[in-house]
Amino acid sequence: MSAPIVEVSGLNKWFGDAHVLRGLDLTIKEGERVVVLGPSGSGKSTLIRCVNGLEPFQEGAIRVAGADLKGPRAEAETAKRKTGMVFQSFNLFPHLSVLDNCTLAPIQVRKVPRRQAEAEAMTLLERVRIAEHARKYPAQLSGGQQQRAAIARALAMQPQIMLFDEPTSALDPEMVGEVLEVMVELAKAGMTMVVVTHEMGFARQVADRVVFMDEGEIVEAAAPEEFFTNPREARTREFLSKIL
Amino acid sequence: MTAAVRKPPRRSFADWARANLFATRGDTVVSLVLLALIAWGVWAALDWAVLKATWTGEGREACAAGGACWAVVTARWRQVVAGFYPEGHLWRVALAMAFLAVAVSPVVIRKGWSFALAPLGVVAAWAVLGGANLLPRVPTEYWGGVFLNVLIGITGSVFALPLGIALALGRRSNLPVVKWLSVGFIELVRGVPLITLLFMASVVLPLFTPAGLSFDKLVRALIVITLFEAAYMAEAVRGGLQAIPPGQREAARALGLNPWMTTRLIVLPQALRISIPAIVNTFIGLFKDTTLVYVIALLDVTGVMRQALADFAWQGSEAEAYVFVALVFWIACFAMSRWAAALEKRGAAPRPVQEHA
Repeated sequence: MSAPIVEVSGLNKWFGDAHVLRGLDLTIKEGERVVVLGPSGSGKSTLIRCVNGLEPFQEGAIRVAGADLKGPRAEAETAKRKTGMVFQSFNLFPHLSVLDNCTLAPIQVRKVPRRQAEAEAMTLLERVRIAEHARKYPAQLSGGQQQRAAIARALAMQPQIMLFDEPTSALDPEMVGEVLEVMVELAKAGMTMVVVTHEMGFARQVADRVVFMDEGEIVEAAAPEEFFTNPREARTREFLSKIL
Repeated sequence: MTAAVRKPPRRSFADWARANLFATRGDTVVSLVLLALIAWGVWAALDWAVLKATWTGEGREACAAGGACWAVVTARWRQVVAGFYPEGHLWRVALAMAFLAVAVSPVVIRKGWSFALAPLGVVAAWAVLGGANLLPRVPTEYWGGVFLNVLIGITGSVFALPLGIALALGRRSNLPVVKWLSVGFIELVRGVPLITLLFMASVVLPLFTPAGLSFDKLVRALIVITLFEAAYMAEAVRGGLQAIPPGQREAARALGLNPWMTTRLIVLPQALRISIPAIVNTFIGLFKDTTLVYVIALLDVTGVMRQALADFAWQGSEAEAYVFVALVFWIACFAMSRWAAALEKRGAAPRPVQEHA
């Protein structure tokens, strides 16, 4: 565990008058795996969307690999480029094949030659075990396959940190396993990950730290062992009693 | 234990007819009456339009057989096709048509570079027709007939589509000036009948332009038609833009694509595919609106036929003249609609072929 890669300090965000993030502080170190838990509407998705630069925020600061998200445009762009995002509903581009989904951004943004981008993408698709579907379109794949393709697409931009926004919530139960498996392998390979999820098994198995959020605040953050067996806060205990 | 895999059972035409036409006594009566009516209608139309028709002649008297008098069309065949374009220069009309075919070829070729062919083809067609200082000049007053409809229709479409896309994007822009200019233009143009705008362009506009500067009246009409259809095109495209889920833009942004790349590579390709029926609908509307050039005293195919009817020799041939004009437009518009259906089929995102692997 080394230098901090994500530093969130004093983060406040409002949707209209609703105060959805209330003074968050969170530091994530390189190689760390953080699982964010919390009831729906607690602001967990909003938090990682802020880290990814998808949501603007009114107060506070977010630095990714030292670059300020609210800094000058070039610096903000650098900060955004360090993070890869996996969405609940995959958001693959339906008009492009799986392979083209994975090569579009490398070719357009990183300016990698097509041949090289395709070779890189095929390696990633093998890693998520859908290389044989590379020429198919998203609509021809199952949900689990689509989500794995989406993970490969995010990895193709060579992010330093991967953000997962409830990656298995939109999947049929029998497909959750194959996606989690890929995520576990990614974690084993040393990728820094922030995962918003309801998969407690995954949290136990993979997380270095579990962060529990409620009503826009971080209520508790602890190692999974301690978090699940000996929660300190009443709100955490209540949440755990409902889901376990 | 597994059940044997079988093909679905076949249904013969007799089965179909029994289920849909002759299921009950009431159904049978209705079906027979309607079939008789259809048969009588088809026969009557065929009898009038083909069997008893007269195809050539110099006047209404030639048509004594009692059927359709197509002579009113064939007697002025050259004007029907090319208006009053000079006799020795008709090859220029043919060449212009070829250039227009090149202009619409991108929908067949469908490669990025081919879209440059559209404006090139149109400009070449106008140059050949007008003379462009290389050939003898033929003023637009002599242009007419079906070829004028096609020329205006294709030229208007080629320019209205990109303009409409720009307006649709402008309408959804975050920049207030761009947004309100687009909204203002679209709403203003859509709120006024095309014929009013054409009158304004031909009568009112020259009052305000400096004496030395005057556009050809056909060019003025064309600009008006293009702008008018662009406003409708913008609304057609906007429907497609609104159907794209916000997740698509978000995913593109998360991958580092800038807004312009996102629009060009992610949003527009999907939105235009969704908009194909609405866009083609606008093309069809535009093609039919080309008859309105009569307000600037140009004779398109409708105008040519109207002029024929004004001729004493052809009095009483209204039915034939207008059926012919309707047929010309119907053939063109039906072709466009079939072409759109093919385009939709080809462009549709592939559906799952079988169960997931």
